[in-house]
Amino acid sequence: MPTKTYVQTTINGENVEFLCEPRQSLLECLRDVVQLTGSKEGCNDGNCGACTVMMDGRIVDSCLVLGVEAQGAKITTIEGIAPAGGLHPVQQAFLENAALQCGICTPGFIVSSKALLDKEPNPSEERIRFWLAGNLCRCTGYDKIVRAVEDASAKMSKGKKK
Amino acid sequence: MTTTYEHNVVLKSGDDKFKVIGTRPIRHDGADKVTGRALYGADFQTAGLLHGKILRSPHAHARIKSIDTSAAEKLPGVRAVVTAKDMPQTTGDVSMGEAGAQNVAFLRGNVLASGKALYKGHAVAAVAATSPHIAEEAIGLIKVDYEVLPAALTAPEAMKKGASILHSDLKMTEFGQKTNQVNNIATHFQHKKGDVEKGFKEADVVIEREFTTQTVHQGYIEPHNVAALWNQDGRLLIWCSTQGSFFVRNATAKVLDLPESQIRVTPMEIGGGFGGKINVYLEPVAALLSKKAGHRHVKMVMTRQEVFEGTGPTPGSYMKVKIGAKKNGKIVAAQSYLAFEAGAFPGSPVGAAAMCVFAPYDIANGLIDGYDVLVNKPKTAAYRAPGATHAAFAVETIVDEIAEKLKIDPLELRLMNAAKEGVRRVDGPVFPRIGCVEVLEAMKNHPHYKAPIKGKNVARGVAIGFWFNVGLQSSCTIAVNPDGTVNLTEGSTDIGGTRASLAMQAAEVLGIRAEDVHPTVVDTDSIGFTAVTGGSRVAFATGWAAYEAAQDVVKQMTARAAKIWGVEADSVEMVDGVFRSKTDTELKLSFKDLSEQLNDTGGPVIGRATVDPQGVGGSFAGNIVDVEVDPETGKTQVLRFTVVQDAGKAVHPSYVEGQMQGGSVQGIGWGLNEEYFYGSSGQMANPTFLDYRMPTTLDLPMIDTVIVEVANPGHPYGVRGVGEAPIVPPPAALANAVGHAVGVRMTKLPMSPGTIMEAVWQSKKK
Amino acid sequence: MAVVFIPSLMQNLTKGQSKVVVPGKMVREIINNLDAQYPGMKDRLVDKFRIRSNINVAIDGEITPMGLLGEVKEDSEVHFLPAIGGGALRQTG
Repeated sequence: MPTKTYVQTTINGENVEFLCEPRQSLLECLRDVVQLTGSKEGCNDGNCGACTVMMDGRIVDSCLVLGVEAQGAKITTIEGIAPAGGLHPVQQAFLENAALQCGICTPGFIVSSKALLDKEPNPSEERIRFWLAGNLCRCTGYDKIVRAVEDASAKMSKGKKK
Repeated sequence: MTTTYEHNVVLKSGDDKFKVIGTRPIRHDGADKVTGRALYGADFQTAGLLHGKILRSPHAHARIKSIDTSAAEKLPGVRAVVTAKDMPQTTGDVSMGEAGAQNVAFLRGNVLASGKALYKGHAVAAVAATSPHIAEEAIGLIKVDYEVLPAALTAPEAMKKGASILHSDLKMTEFGQKTNQVNNIATHFQHKKGDVEKGFKEADVVIEREFTTQTVHQGYIEPHNVAALWNQDGRLLIWCSTQGSFFVRNATAKVLDLPESQIRVTPMEIGGGFGGKINVYLEPVAALLSKKAGHRHVKMVMTRQEVFEGTGPTPGSYMKVKIGAKKNGKIVAAQSYLAFEAGAFPGSPVGAAAMCVFAPYDIANGLIDGYDVLVNKPKTAAYRAPGATHAAFAVETIVDEIAEKLKIDPLELRLMNAAKEGVRRVDGPVFPRIGCVEVLEAMKNHPHYKAPIKGKNVARGVAIGFWFNVGLQSSCTIAVNPDGTVNLTEGSTDIGGTRASLAMQAAEVLGIRAEDVHPTVVDTDSIGFTAVTGGSRVAFATGWAAYEAAQDVVKQMTARAAKIWGVEADSVEMVDGVFRSKTDTELKLSFKDLSEQLNDTGGPVIGRATVDPQGVGGSFAGNIVDVEVDPETGKTQVLRFTVVQDAGKAVHPSYVEGQMQGGSVQGIGWGLNEEYFYGSSGQMANPTFLDYRMPTTLDLPMIDTVIVEVANPGHPYGVRGVGEAPIVPPPAALANAVGHAVGVRMTKLPMSPGTIMEAVWQSKKK
Repeated sequence: MAVVFIPSLMQNLTKGQSKVVVPGKMVREIINNLDAQYPGMKDRLVDKFRIRSNINVAIDGEITPMGLLGEVKEDSEVHFLPAIGGGALRQTG
């Protein structure tokens, strides 16, 4: 009897098929099966946000989703954030504002921040802090992360006006 | 709240003519880290990879009577099982480089328990299997017969007569002398200056209080990890996230009784450390599994619970501090009794605590007693300025209370007593040029300190802290590329942007842009010895090595230019990146143009340097914090927070600010809500990020910074280490603020709502 | 001659003296001369050929990485400090 399940899904705009055990999380499937190791495991219980990905338009902790649940879904990981030929403004803002130190939480923060700005282009500091409370960072004290999101927001809306 | 001042200020000392130092280029590893491409330890993949898991003791203290691994070995997919029996059995002290000599049996005993399990989470056995899930199932099949023993959980409890003894063969040491006492005290030491009894008699105000703090974790987001291959040729290859690849090489060699040269450690990107990723936990185990499984790659990644229970947090402590001052505010005597939990093996940061406890002040009479106490908790590890935060919490709250009693401004009182160059510390040495006064002055002049305190239950607290920093060895090589860029090779793992700060120091010498230096962190086969990324030493010491290697490049290229021009080498100089003749203005070559000619004029140029610098120069940090404490619940909200620090010279100010902000927030977490919550049997009740609650974005305001540059005369660019000092003052500053808000002095960490309400109720009873 | 600061827990050997002036150009000479004056000092400080593992030697406020070979100047101050493994790496003054 086979021990693995066939899953067909869309990851970063591409059709992806993989086999996974029913007990494997989406995070495990992304990292160990599909070899997209940009999403990180910090706690494996939905508290640190290092594994944040977009799933059908919502941000989820991929450690709390089963791999088999990806069947038919549309998933965006950190590897799918940068447009062709450059970086996404959020990524650029993280670099320019020194919003990372060790970088392990950065993929999760960038996926979450982009999701916020896609939904609300001009969030207040309080709103940014509320939205990002599900992502833990131990290095920065968050100051530069919040400023990076504010910076990205300013640059993105300036870009749109043009 | 509207603010009209700059959030991040750099107060420069004198005029500097730097072109690269002090600018804010984008870090060299940036693109990899914002796109998910950077490879951390857990990202290691290779064909045929096995996965390891560790069985850990469910008891805080238990004799291991037997271990039966037969059922686990039979599970399909299991390739190897190891226990302490698979370890070499050598004894005695071994040299652990920068960490001094250590007892090899203790080192090994913490990796896999032998005879007794000494804390909940102590590793007992390990399995390698074809998938992590099979390995997990297999450890559940290992049968361990334990005889549960009583546990000793705090320093005062463990020091009591009749306490359960962790190591029956460990006798207390007092300065090189072994006593005959077996009492869970590994070491007692003392520092004495002047006559403390006489000093207290001269004092008009004497305050003495007892303080307790709880075990807290560094809380890096990336769990410990390793991949190991013990090859058929005898070489052991290790990939891991560590603060010190050479330290891992050394420690693994000692634990496995191998020559260091048989081990190659490749440092992967590291997802935070703060002192906690220096010691080895998984590396020797993965090596043993690899060999036993038939020379296969074995990867191990800890769960969050294993990180909390099986790695080294920073300890809980019991402290009694007494300080006496004259009416005019002059401190005349200070005494402290410091008992720190070492965890299950000797080695708490009490020695460092004793060096820092009274360091910010010029005190004529002092006495410090330190005790390193064994308890049934994980063996403690370094955590950002180890020991100094505990000590500052005690001393800074008493200094604040003295200021309040004498009706003197708390910063004025500190300034009156501030340590400066030439002052002898209570632990002996004399201070070189330090920035204590400058930090206090910057705090006093900050708009935050001058702003009115508005609102009910709102109050302000201040505190300062000291960390001495370390130097230690570093190596660097710089190879010049034909296009005028250079490749900088170094051995300090980059935990927070140090590739950039090293590249900038090399670029400054070479007269090129930071972006024209390509820094790479390499494995232990590829660079000379480099000590750990710790002790706030990388920008200082490895930066110095980069500076020296660049100087070596300049020297060689100057000679090359002379050769090309057919002149004497000493008639050529390099100014602002241009090689030129001192006598003939026609003769000049830019760094780039000369680089292009190297291969045809004698071959490539490689600069190299190794350093073991003295003159590290300690760093001071200070905080101003406003809090609001809910009188009904005891919940504390941080309203405004300012951190001021003496950075010597900020190489990349953004990453210096980052250290200050990050250290501050770890200190806020430690002050307000982080703790290992232990039941009476020594089980940690909160080993998840849900229950061990670290600060989130929503708990915090922006963290305003002031970098005060008091150049360190011991470094070519005046750099001081900055990574650690910022964690020292926050719990003390918060304790002073909370104390003022509720009208009761805080003596226990963390100041959780319960602790605050308890203190308020107790004071009302009196 | 160098001034050697005697740790308080070793002052039983120096009859209560907290500071002793000793000749020597190297930590090794300093300790030998100290031991000649106050027998027993060497045994407390040195283990066979090296400084005991739980002790650091600071010369003019800096821990010397050279141990017994550390260079001492005419007007140097020498301190013996507790070195407790684990926490703080090789500690500096």
